[in-house]
Amino acid sequence: MIPLEYYLIVAGMIFTIGMVGVIVARNVIIIFMCVELMLNAANLALISFSRELGSMLGHVMVFMVMTVAAAEAAVGLAIIIALFHNRDSANIDEVNLMKW
Amino acid sequence: MELVIFIICAVVSVVAAIMVVAQRNPIAGVMYLVTAFVAQAVLFIQLSAAFVAILQIMVYAGAIMVLFLFVIMLLNLRHEDYGKDIKLRFKPLAIALAVVLLVETVVAIQAANQVQQAAGVLSAGFGSIHAVGQLLFTEFLYPFELTSILLLVAILGAVVMAKQKL
Repeated sequence: MIPLEYYLIVAGMIFTIGMVGVIVARNVIIIFMCVELMLNAANLALISFSRELGSMLGHVMVFMVMTVAAAEAAVGLAIIIALFHNRDSANIDEVNLMKW
Repeated sequence: MELVIFIICAVVSVVAAIMVVAQRNPIAGVMYLVTAFVAQAVLFIQLSAAFVAILQIMVYAGAIMVLFLFVIMLLNLRHEDYGKDIKLRFKPLAIALAVVLLVETVVAIQAANQVQQAAGVLSAGFGSIHAVGQLLFTEFLYPFELTSILLLVAILGAVVMAKQKL
């Protein structure tokens, strides 16, 4: 059996990559995909702990996370469409109306 | 053999995740993301979470990624809209935060060593659709019903946001 730590290392790496992407990317859609990546890394950690503890509560939690991710994707992509209609650009730097 | 499959899937998912950030074409990004999700689904199966693995493929790699593709095609991005390059201004901040996060992860992994392995042998049907469904419809019935309300709100929100004139 593969130790728990290996899975946690993979989850941590994917989460870190997603976070770097959120900070560094300019395209709204790529930022959004990085958020999905981070959610997925959290799912992987939940499942590996679930396996280690022999409890299925982690699976239920992952189910909820996936629902939230789907809702978030629907609303977020709608916001991106509205943004694109107003600004004609998917560049996050041009969305600075509420920036001081 | 188990370890070989794990290493292959871990490397594929991490490399695909890096490619999502590193390239600029959003369509290619979606494809890399699907690759990462499928590799992670294999990891879920290795962790005896069959139901979650199926959900991962169907909901994530299927539904959500198709939604992304639809929106990208709807937006009809021109090439200059991809953005020139990653934001160099924030690169030091990103690297610093990444290092902090990785250190934190290492600390967490050290702590995980103390986790008592409660179940050396898993119960029969661990992670199957039957077992997870039973949990969802008995112990977690109210949270489960609340997620349906969340989805309803998300549908309404998406329609309101995307529609130009109500």
